[in-house]
Amino acid sequence: MTRTPSPWLLYGSLLSSLLVLVVPLPAGIDLARPYLLAMLLCYWMLEAPDHVGLGVAFLAGLAADLVSGTLLGEQALRLVVLAFLVQRFRTRLRFFPLWQQALAVFALLLNDRLIALAIALASGDGLPPWGTWLSPLVGFALWPWLFLLLDELRLRLRERERGG
Amino acid sequence: MAYPGSTASRLSESAGGTLPLLAYLALAMTLMVADQRGGFASQARLKLSVLAEPVWWVAASPGRVAEGVGKLFSTRQELTAENQRLTRELQVSASRLHRLLAVAEENQRLRELLGGTRGYRLSAKLVGIIDIDLDPSRQRILLDAGSDGGVAVGQAMIDAGGVLGQVVEVTPRRATALLLTDPDHAIPVQVVRSGLRTIAFGTGRTDQLRLPNIPQSADIRVGDRLVTSGIGGRFPAGFPVGVVEALHPDDTRLFVVAEARPAARLDRGLEVLLVSNAVDETDVGPDAPPPPEPPAEPAAEPAAEPTTTPAAAPANAASTPAPATRTPRP
Repeated sequence: MTRTPSPWLLYGSLLSSLLVLVVPLPAGIDLARPYLLAMLLCYWMLEAPDHVGLGVAFLAGLAADLVSGTLLGEQALRLVVLAFLVQRFRTRLRFFPLWQQALAVFALLLNDRLIALAIALASGDGLPPWGTWLSPLVGFALWPWLFLLLDELRLRLRERERGG
Repeated sequence: MAYPGSTASRLSESAGGTLPLLAYLALAMTLMVADQRGGFASQARLKLSVLAEPVWWVAASPGRVAEGVGKLFSTRQELTAENQRLTRELQVSASRLHRLLAVAEENQRLRELLGGTRGYRLSAKLVGIIDIDLDPSRQRILLDAGSDGGVAVGQAMIDAGGVLGQVVEVTPRRATALLLTDPDHAIPVQVVRSGLRTIAFGTGRTDQLRLPNIPQSADIRVGDRLVTSGIGGRFPAGFPVGVVEALHPDDTRLFVVAEARPAARLDRGLEVLLVSNAVDETDVGPDAPPPPEPPAEPAAEPAAEPTTTPAAAPANAASTPAPATRTPRP
Protein backbone atom coordinates (compact mmCIF):
# COMPACT_ATOMS: atom_id res chain seq x y z
CA MET A 1 0.00 0.00 0.00
CA THR A 2 1.33 3.39 -0.91
CA ARG A 3 0.21 6.53 0.76
CA THR A 4 -0.13 9.84 -1.00
CA PRO A 5 3.02 11.83 -0.37
CA SER A 6 2.73 15.48 0.42
CA PRO A 7 2.79 17.30 -2.93
CA TRP A 8 4.86 20.01 -1.29
CA LEU A 9 7.58 17.54 -0.48
CA LEU A 10 7.39 15.83 -3.86
CA TYR A 11 7.50 18.87 -6.11
CA GLY A 12 9.58 20.93 -3.70
CA SER A 13 12.31 18.31 -3.73
CA LEU A 14 12.23 18.11 -7.53
CA LEU A 15 12.42 21.90 -7.79
CA SER A 16 15.35 22.15 -5.40
CA SER A 17 17.19 19.49 -7.39
CA LEU A 18 16.87 21.83 -10.39
CA LEU A 19 18.76 24.39 -8.32
CA VAL A 20 21.48 21.85 -7.61
CA LEU A 21 21.93 21.50 -11.38
CA VAL A 22 23.19 25.06 -11.77
CA VAL A 23 24.42 26.19 -8.37
CA PRO A 24 28.02 27.36 -8.81
CA LEU A 25 30.70 24.99 -7.54
CA PRO A 26 34.47 25.41 -7.66
CA ALA A 27 36.04 24.45 -10.98
CA GLY A 28 36.85 20.76 -11.09
CA ILE A 29 34.29 19.77 -8.49
CA ASP A 30 31.47 20.99 -10.69
CA LEU A 31 32.04 18.07 -13.06
CA ALA A 32 31.30 15.56 -10.30
CA ARG A 33 28.03 17.29 -9.46
CA PRO A 34 25.59 14.54 -8.42
CA TYR A 35 22.57 14.15 -10.66
CA LEU A 36 20.17 14.76 -7.80
CA LEU A 37 17.15 15.13 -10.07
CA ALA A 38 17.54 11.56 -11.33
CA MET A 39 18.02 10.25 -7.80
CA LEU A 40 14.92 12.02 -6.54
CA LEU A 41 12.84 10.75 -9.42
CA CYS A 42 14.13 7.29 -8.62
CA TYR A 43 13.09 7.67 -4.99
CA TRP A 44 9.62 8.94 -5.79
CA MET A 45 9.06 6.23 -8.36
CA LEU A 46 9.90 3.63 -5.74
CA GLU A 47 7.76 5.19 -3.02
CA ALA A 48 4.91 6.84 -4.91
CA PRO A 49 4.52 5.07 -8.25
CA ASP A 50 0.96 6.32 -8.65
CA HIS A 51 2.08 9.93 -8.71
CA VAL A 52 5.37 9.80 -10.53
CA GLY A 53 5.65 8.10 -13.89
CA LEU A 54 7.20 8.58 -17.28
CA GLY A 55 5.26 11.79 -17.83
CA VAL A 56 6.62 13.48 -14.72
CA ALA A 57 10.12 12.30 -15.64
CA PHE A 58 9.74 13.78 -19.10
CA LEU A 59 8.49 17.12 -17.83
CA ALA A 60 11.19 17.28 -15.15
CA GLY A 61 13.75 16.57 -17.85
CA LEU A 62 12.44 19.37 -20.04
CA ALA A 63 12.61 21.77 -17.10
CA ALA A 64 16.16 20.66 -16.41
CA ASP A 65 17.06 21.25 -20.06
CA LEU A 66 15.73 24.78 -19.88
CA VAL A 67 17.55 25.51 -16.65
CA SER A 68 20.93 24.02 -17.46
CA GLY A 69 21.03 24.98 -21.12
CA THR A 70 21.35 21.51 -22.62
CA LEU A 71 19.66 20.54 -25.86
CA LEU A 72 15.92 20.65 -25.39
CA GLY A 73 14.92 17.02 -24.81
CA GLU A 74 18.30 15.61 -23.83
CA GLN A 75 17.70 15.25 -20.13
CA ALA A 76 14.07 14.43 -20.83
CA LEU A 77 15.22 11.42 -22.80
CA ARG A 78 17.75 10.37 -20.17
CA LEU A 79 15.24 10.64 -17.35
CA VAL A 80 12.51 8.80 -19.26
CA VAL A 81 14.88 5.89 -19.82
CA LEU A 82 15.85 5.92 -16.16
CA ALA A 83 12.22 6.09 -15.08
CA PHE A 84 11.33 3.20 -17.32
CA LEU A 85 14.08 1.04 -15.85
CA VAL A 86 13.02 1.89 -12.32
CA GLN A 87 9.42 1.04 -13.15
CA ARG A 88 10.46 -2.30 -14.57
CA PHE A 89 12.51 -3.34 -11.56
CA ARG A 90 10.50 -1.49 -8.94
CA THR A 91 9.27 -4.57 -7.09
CA ARG A 92 12.79 -5.86 -6.72
CA LEU A 93 14.48 -2.52 -5.96
CA ARG A 94 11.99 -1.72 -3.23
CA PHE A 95 12.95 -4.68 -1.11
CA PHE A 96 16.69 -4.48 -1.54
CA PRO A 97 18.70 -3.55 1.55
CA LEU A 98 19.86 0.02 1.40
CA TRP A 99 23.40 -0.61 0.21
CA GLN A 100 22.21 -2.87 -2.59
CA GLN A 101 19.73 -0.24 -3.57
CA ALA A 102 22.58 2.25 -3.69
CA LEU A 103 24.46 -0.08 -6.00
CA ALA A 104 21.45 -0.33 -8.28
CA VAL A 105 21.14 3.46 -8.33
CA PHE A 106 24.82 3.65 -9.17
CA ALA A 107 24.23 1.37 -12.15
CA LEU A 108 21.27 3.50 -13.24
CA LEU A 109 23.30 6.70 -13.01
CA LEU A 110 26.17 5.12 -14.91
CA ASN A 111 23.76 4.05 -17.62
CA ASP A 112 22.49 7.61 -17.66
CA ARG A 113 26.03 8.92 -18.22
CA LEU A 114 26.43 6.47 -21.10
CA ILE A 115 23.26 7.77 -22.75
CA ALA A 116 24.51 11.32 -22.24
CA LEU A 117 27.79 10.31 -23.87
CA ALA A 118 25.94 8.82 -26.84
CA ILE A 119 23.88 11.99 -27.23
CA ALA A 120 26.97 14.18 -27.00
CA LEU A 121 28.71 12.15 -29.68
CA ALA A 122 25.65 12.09 -31.93
CA SER A 123 25.21 15.85 -31.72
CA GLY A 124 28.90 16.45 -32.41
CA ASP A 125 29.79 17.97 -29.04
CA GLY A 126 32.78 15.70 -28.53
CA LEU A 127 33.70 13.70 -25.46
CA PRO A 128 32.62 15.16 -22.14
CA PRO A 129 35.41 15.77 -19.63
CA TRP A 130 36.44 12.68 -17.65
CA GLY A 131 35.41 14.26 -14.36
CA THR A 132 31.77 13.74 -15.25
CA TRP A 133 32.23 10.01 -14.67
CA LEU A 134 32.73 10.74 -10.97
CA SER A 135 29.16 11.99 -10.75
CA PRO A 136 27.58 8.48 -10.44
CA LEU A 137 30.06 7.66 -7.67
CA VAL A 138 28.99 10.73 -5.73
CA GLY A 139 25.40 9.70 -6.32
CA PHE A 140 26.18 6.24 -4.98
CA ALA A 141 27.63 7.72 -1.81
CA LEU A 142 24.70 10.09 -1.38
CA TRP A 143 21.84 7.67 -2.00
CA PRO A 144 21.52 6.09 1.49
CA TRP A 145 21.50 9.50 3.15
CA LEU A 146 19.01 10.90 0.68
CA PHE A 147 16.78 7.88 1.16
CA LEU A 148 16.85 8.11 4.95
CA LEU A 149 16.32 11.86 4.91
CA LEU A 150 13.29 11.70 2.65
CA ASP A 151 11.81 8.79 4.57
CA GLU A 152 12.20 10.73 7.80
CA LEU A 153 10.64 13.84 6.29
CA ARG A 154 7.65 11.89 5.01
CA LEU A 155 7.18 10.23 8.37
CA ARG A 156 7.25 13.56 10.19
CA LEU A 157 4.75 15.09 7.78
CA ARG A 158 2.42 12.15 8.14
CA GLU A 159 2.58 12.27 11.91
CA ARG A 160 1.88 15.96 11.92
CA GLU A 161 -1.16 15.39 9.71
CA ARG A 162 -2.41 12.72 12.03
CA GLY A 163 -1.77 14.84 15.06
CA GLY A 164 -3.41 17.91 13.56
CA MET B 1 -4.79 -22.39 -27.70
CA ALA B 2 -4.31 -23.39 -24.14
CA TYR B 3 -4.05 -19.92 -22.58
CA PRO B 4 -5.23 -17.47 -25.17
CA GLY B 5 -6.41 -15.01 -22.61
CA SER B 6 -3.20 -14.97 -20.67
CA THR B 7 -0.95 -14.41 -23.66
CA ALA B 8 -3.18 -11.63 -24.83
CA SER B 9 -3.10 -9.97 -21.48
CA ARG B 10 0.65 -10.36 -21.24
CA LEU B 11 1.03 -8.86 -24.68
CA SER B 12 -1.13 -5.91 -23.83
CA GLU B 13 0.69 -5.46 -20.54
CA SER B 14 4.11 -5.29 -22.16
CA ALA B 15 2.77 -3.05 -24.92
CA GLY B 16 1.26 -0.84 -22.26
CA GLY B 17 4.69 -0.62 -20.64
CA THR B 18 6.78 0.11 -23.70
CA LEU B 19 4.47 2.16 -25.90
CA PRO B 20 4.54 5.28 -23.70
CA LEU B 21 8.28 4.84 -23.40
CA LEU B 22 8.69 4.76 -27.16
CA ALA B 23 6.38 7.75 -27.55
CA TYR B 24 8.36 9.79 -25.04
CA LEU B 25 11.67 8.77 -26.57
CA ALA B 26 10.49 9.76 -30.03
CA LEU B 27 9.24 13.08 -28.72
CA ALA B 28 12.54 13.79 -26.96
CA MET B 29 14.53 12.84 -30.06
CA THR B 30 12.42 15.14 -32.24
CA LEU B 31 12.93 18.00 -29.82
CA MET B 32 16.68 17.43 -29.71
CA VAL B 33 17.07 17.32 -33.47
CA ALA B 34 14.90 20.40 -33.89
CA ASP B 35 16.92 22.24 -31.27
CA GLN B 36 20.23 21.19 -32.80
CA ARG B 37 19.14 22.28 -36.27
CA GLY B 38 17.94 25.63 -34.97
CA GLY B 39 14.31 24.84 -35.74
CA PHE B 40 11.17 25.55 -33.78
CA ALA B 41 12.54 23.90 -30.65
CA SER B 42 15.37 26.39 -30.26
CA GLN B 43 12.85 29.20 -30.66
CA ALA B 44 10.68 27.53 -28.04
CA ARG B 45 13.69 27.20 -25.75
CA LEU B 46 14.45 30.89 -26.11
CA LYS B 47 10.88 31.77 -25.17
CA LEU B 48 10.61 29.25 -22.37
CA SER B 49 13.91 30.09 -20.75
CA VAL B 50 12.10 33.05 -19.18
CA LEU B 51 10.61 30.41 -16.90
CA ALA B 52 14.07 29.32 -15.82
CA GLU B 53 15.04 32.81 -14.70
CA PRO B 54 13.83 32.49 -11.09
CA VAL B 55 15.83 29.28 -10.73
CA TRP B 56 18.93 31.02 -12.05
CA TRP B 57 18.33 33.94 -9.74
CA VAL B 58 18.09 31.73 -6.67
CA ALA B 59 21.05 29.60 -7.74
CA ALA B 60 23.23 32.67 -8.16
CA SER B 61 22.29 34.14 -4.80
CA PRO B 62 25.03 32.38 -2.75
CA GLY B 63 27.59 34.14 -4.93
CA ARG B 64 25.88 37.48 -4.40
CA VAL B 65 25.67 36.95 -0.65
CA ALA B 66 29.34 35.96 -0.45
CA GLU B 67 30.30 39.06 -2.38
CA GLY B 68 28.22 41.31 -0.16
CA VAL B 69 29.58 39.77 3.03
CA GLY B 70 33.11 40.08 1.67
CA LYS B 71 32.56 43.78 1.03
CA LEU B 72 31.12 44.21 4.50
CA PHE B 73 34.06 42.64 6.26
CA SER B 74 36.97 43.76 4.13
CA THR B 75 39.33 45.68 6.36
CA ARG B 76 40.55 49.18 5.92
CA GLN B 77 44.02 47.90 5.17
CA GLU B 78 42.79 45.74 2.31
CA LEU B 79 40.82 48.60 0.87
CA THR B 80 43.82 50.91 1.01
CA ALA B 81 46.00 48.31 -0.69
CA GLU B 82 43.39 47.77 -3.36
CA ASN B 83 43.03 51.49 -3.85
CA GLN B 84 46.76 51.91 -4.30
CA ARG B 85 46.94 49.08 -6.76
CA LEU B 86 44.05 50.41 -8.79
CA THR B 87 45.56 53.90 -8.84
CA ARG B 88 48.82 52.49 -10.13
CA GLU B 89 47.01 50.53 -12.78
CA LEU B 90 45.03 53.56 -13.79
CA GLN B 91 48.22 55.53 -14.30
CA VAL B 92 49.73 52.79 -16.42
CA SER B 93 46.58 52.46 -18.51
CA ALA B 94 46.22 56.19 -18.90
CA SER B 95 49.74 56.57 -20.18
CA ARG B 96 49.21 53.72 -22.57
CA LEU B 97 45.95 55.25 -23.68
CA HIS B 98 47.64 58.52 -24.54
CA ARG B 99 50.08 56.72 -26.76
CA LEU B 100 47.27 54.74 -28.30
CA LEU B 101 45.42 57.95 -29.09
CA ALA B 102 48.46 59.23 -30.92
CA VAL B 103 48.77 56.00 -32.83
CA ALA B 104 45.09 56.02 -33.71
CA GLU B 105 45.36 59.56 -35.00
CA GLU B 106 48.33 58.61 -37.08
CA ASN B 107 46.48 55.57 -38.31
CA GLN B 108 43.53 57.69 -39.32
CA ARG B 109 45.82 60.06 -41.20
CA LEU B 110 47.50 57.21 -43.01
CA ARG B 111 44.14 55.75 -43.94
CA GLU B 112 43.06 59.08 -45.33
CA LEU B 113 46.29 59.24 -47.31
CA LEU B 114 45.57 55.80 -48.69
CA GLY B 115 42.08 56.88 -49.60
CA GLY B 116 40.55 54.30 -47.31
CA THR B 117 37.08 55.16 -46.17
CA ARG B 118 36.55 52.34 -43.80
CA GLY B 119 35.46 53.66 -40.45
CA TYR B 120 35.05 51.58 -37.35
CA ARG B 121 32.83 52.65 -34.58
CA LEU B 122 33.48 50.37 -31.70
CA SER B 123 30.71 50.38 -29.15
CA ALA B 124 31.39 48.75 -25.81
CA LYS B 125 29.13 47.79 -22.96
CA LEU B 126 29.87 46.29 -19.56
CA VAL B 127 27.60 43.44 -18.47
CA GLY B 128 27.68 41.09 -15.50
CA ILE B 129 27.94 37.32 -15.59
CA ILE B 130 25.33 35.35 -13.67
CA ASP B 131 27.27 33.09 -11.36
CA ILE B 132 25.82 29.70 -12.20
CA ASP B 133 27.25 26.60 -13.86
CA LEU B 134 25.58 25.53 -17.05
CA ASP B 135 26.12 22.09 -18.50
CA PRO B 136 29.89 21.49 -18.44
CA SER B 137 30.03 19.72 -21.79
CA ARG B 138 28.94 22.88 -23.60
CA GLN B 139 30.98 25.92 -22.77
CA ARG B 140 28.49 28.68 -22.29
CA ILE B 141 27.89 31.44 -19.80
CA LEU B 142 24.83 33.42 -18.93
CA LEU B 143 24.94 37.20 -19.09
CA ASP B 144 22.91 39.53 -16.93
CA ALA B 145 21.54 41.63 -19.79
CA GLY B 146 19.41 40.93 -22.82
CA SER B 147 17.88 42.58 -25.82
CA ASP B 148 16.28 45.15 -23.50
CA GLY B 149 19.79 46.27 -22.62
CA GLY B 150 21.00 46.44 -26.18
CA VAL B 151 22.67 43.04 -26.35
CA ALA B 152 22.50 41.45 -29.79
CA VAL B 153 23.46 38.11 -31.24
CA GLY B 154 26.99 38.18 -32.62
CA GLN B 155 28.50 40.72 -30.26
CA ALA B 156 32.04 39.85 -29.23
CA MET B 157 32.77 39.43 -25.54
CA ILE B 158 36.10 40.45 -24.05
CA ASP B 159 37.61 40.75 -20.60
CA ALA B 160 40.80 42.36 -19.37
CA GLY B 161 42.88 39.52 -20.82
CA GLY B 162 41.40 39.26 -24.27
CA VAL B 163 38.59 37.77 -26.31
CA LEU B 164 36.25 35.55 -24.33
CA GLY B 165 33.63 34.51 -26.88
CA GLN B 166 30.48 35.78 -28.51
CA VAL B 167 26.79 36.16 -27.81
CA VAL B 168 24.69 33.40 -29.37
CA GLU B 169 21.25 33.66 -27.83
CA VAL B 170 19.37 36.67 -26.55
CA THR B 171 16.18 36.85 -24.55
CA PRO B 172 14.68 40.10 -23.29
CA ARG B 173 16.58 40.01 -20.00
CA ARG B 174 19.29 37.39 -20.41
CA ALA B 175 21.82 36.42 -23.01
CA THR B 176 23.81 33.25 -23.53
CA ALA B 177 27.36 33.52 -24.77
CA LEU B 178 29.48 30.85 -26.39
CA LEU B 179 33.01 30.71 -25.05
CA LEU B 180 36.07 30.66 -27.26
CA THR B 181 36.89 27.15 -26.09
CA ASP B 182 33.59 25.49 -27.02
CA PRO B 183 34.11 22.79 -29.67
CA ASP B 184 31.58 24.62 -31.87
CA HIS B 185 33.49 27.88 -31.80
CA ALA B 186 36.01 29.20 -34.30
CA ILE B 187 37.65 32.60 -34.43
CA PRO B 188 39.84 34.12 -37.17
CA VAL B 189 43.23 35.04 -35.71
CA GLN B 190 46.50 36.51 -36.80
CA VAL B 191 50.00 35.87 -35.46
CA VAL B 192 51.29 39.20 -34.18
CA ARG B 193 54.91 38.56 -35.06
CA SER B 194 54.58 37.27 -38.61
CA GLY B 195 51.14 38.38 -39.70
CA LEU B 196 50.11 34.80 -40.49
CA ARG B 197 46.34 34.49 -40.59
CA THR B 198 44.55 31.34 -39.51
CA ILE B 199 41.58 30.11 -37.49
CA ALA B 200 41.52 29.00 -33.87
CA PHE B 201 39.01 26.35 -32.86
CA GLY B 202 37.79 25.51 -29.37
CA THR B 203 38.62 22.13 -27.91
CA GLY B 204 36.15 21.80 -25.05
CA ARG B 205 38.90 22.39 -22.49
CA THR B 206 39.05 25.78 -20.84
CA ASP B 207 42.80 26.12 -21.26
CA GLN B 208 43.30 25.12 -24.87
CA LEU B 209 42.64 26.31 -28.41
CA ARG B 210 43.56 24.42 -31.54
CA LEU B 211 44.85 25.86 -34.81
CA PRO B 212 44.82 23.11 -37.43
CA ASN B 213 45.91 23.19 -41.07
CA ILE B 214 48.85 25.55 -40.82
CA PRO B 215 51.21 25.04 -43.77
CA GLN B 216 54.59 23.67 -42.76
CA SER B 217 56.33 26.62 -44.29
CA ALA B 218 54.32 29.11 -42.25
CA ASP B 219 56.09 31.33 -39.79
CA ILE B 220 54.73 30.37 -36.39
CA ARG B 221 56.63 29.54 -33.21
CA VAL B 222 55.94 28.57 -29.65
CA GLY B 223 55.34 31.75 -27.68
CA ASP B 224 53.76 33.68 -30.54
CA ARG B 225 50.86 35.89 -29.55
CA LEU B 226 47.60 35.63 -31.44
CA VAL B 227 45.19 38.51 -31.97
CA THR B 228 41.85 38.68 -33.74
CA SER B 229 42.33 39.45 -37.41
CA GLY B 230 38.95 41.05 -37.95
CA ILE B 231 38.24 38.88 -40.96
CA GLY B 232 34.59 38.06 -41.24
CA GLY B 233 33.60 41.24 -39.48
CA ARG B 234 32.26 39.59 -36.34
CA PHE B 235 35.21 40.17 -34.02
CA PRO B 236 36.89 43.56 -34.06
CA ALA B 237 40.54 43.32 -35.07
CA GLY B 238 43.46 43.50 -32.68
CA PHE B 239 42.20 41.89 -29.47
CA PRO B 240 44.49 39.30 -27.85
CA VAL B 241 43.25 35.74 -28.24
CA GLY B 242 46.02 33.55 -26.88
CA VAL B 243 49.61 32.41 -26.88
CA VAL B 244 50.93 29.48 -28.91
CA GLU B 245 52.06 26.74 -26.53
CA ALA B 246 52.90 23.76 -28.71
CA LEU B 247 53.35 22.84 -32.35
CA HIS B 248 53.16 19.38 -33.81
CA PRO B 249 52.55 17.85 -37.25
CA ASP B 250 49.06 16.56 -37.97
CA ASP B 251 48.19 13.02 -38.99
CA THR B 252 48.99 13.51 -42.64
CA ARG B 253 52.35 15.17 -41.82
CA LEU B 254 51.54 17.83 -44.40
CA PHE B 255 50.33 20.48 -42.01
CA VAL B 256 51.17 21.76 -38.58
CA VAL B 257 48.73 21.88 -35.69
CA ALA B 258 49.29 24.55 -33.09
CA GLU B 259 47.91 24.55 -29.59
CA ALA B 260 47.30 27.85 -27.85
CA ARG B 261 46.33 28.99 -24.38
CA PRO B 262 43.50 31.55 -24.31
CA ALA B 263 44.47 35.00 -23.09
CA ALA B 264 41.14 35.69 -21.41
CA ARG B 265 40.29 34.38 -17.99
CA LEU B 266 37.76 31.80 -19.00
CA ASP B 267 37.27 30.06 -15.69
CA ARG B 268 35.58 32.77 -13.72
CA GLY B 269 35.13 36.47 -14.06
CA LEU B 270 32.45 38.75 -12.78
CA GLU B 271 31.97 41.14 -15.63
CA VAL B 272 32.68 41.19 -19.32
CA LEU B 273 32.72 43.82 -22.00
CA LEU B 274 30.52 43.36 -25.05
CA VAL B 275 31.89 45.08 -28.12
CA SER B 276 30.30 45.27 -31.50
CA ASN B 277 32.01 46.26 -34.62
CA ALA B 278 29.70 48.76 -36.21
CA VAL B 279 31.12 49.26 -39.66
CA ASP B 280 29.83 52.30 -41.45
CA GLU B 281 30.19 50.96 -44.95
CA THR B 282 29.30 47.68 -46.45
CA ASP B 283 32.84 46.54 -47.21
CA VAL B 284 33.44 44.22 -44.31
CA GLY B 285 36.36 42.41 -45.87
CA PRO B 286 39.88 42.57 -44.55
CA ASP B 287 41.80 45.65 -45.40
CA ALA B 288 44.54 43.57 -47.04
CA PRO B 289 47.39 45.22 -45.17
CA PRO B 290 50.84 45.12 -46.73
CA PRO B 291 52.70 42.12 -45.24
CA PRO B 292 55.08 43.80 -42.79
CA GLU B 293 52.62 45.98 -40.89
CA PRO B 294 50.15 43.54 -39.31
CA PRO B 295 50.32 44.37 -35.61
CA ALA B 296 49.92 48.11 -36.01
CA GLU B 297 46.22 47.85 -36.62
CA PRO B 298 44.45 48.78 -33.43
CA ALA B 299 41.40 49.49 -35.48
CA ALA B 300 39.58 50.16 -32.29
CA GLU B 301 38.66 53.62 -31.30
CA PRO B 302 40.74 53.87 -28.16
CA ALA B 303 38.41 55.94 -26.04
CA ALA B 304 35.75 53.29 -26.31
CA GLU B 305 37.83 50.44 -24.98
CA PRO B 306 41.01 50.95 -23.02
CA THR B 307 41.88 47.26 -22.71
CA THR B 308 43.47 46.83 -26.12
CA THR B 309 47.14 46.29 -25.63
CA PRO B 310 49.02 47.97 -28.42
CA ALA B 311 51.09 45.44 -30.24
CA ALA B 312 54.23 47.40 -29.65
CA ALA B 313 54.01 46.99 -25.88
CA PRO B 314 56.21 44.21 -24.58
CA ALA B 315 54.43 40.96 -23.92
CA ASN B 316 55.11 41.07 -20.21
CA ALA B 317 53.81 44.52 -19.71
CA ALA B 318 50.71 43.60 -21.61
CA SER B 319 49.97 40.48 -19.66
CA THR B 320 50.90 41.39 -16.11
CA PRO B 321 48.33 44.06 -15.36
CA ALA B 322 45.59 42.03 -16.90
CA PRO B 323 44.77 39.76 -13.95
CA ALA B 324 45.10 42.61 -11.53
CA THR B 325 42.28 44.58 -13.07
CA ARG B 326 39.78 42.01 -11.95
CA THR B 327 37.59 42.91 -9.08
CA PRO B 328 39.10 40.99 -6.18
CA ARG B 329 36.97 38.28 -4.70
CA PRO B 330 37.07 37.72 -0.98
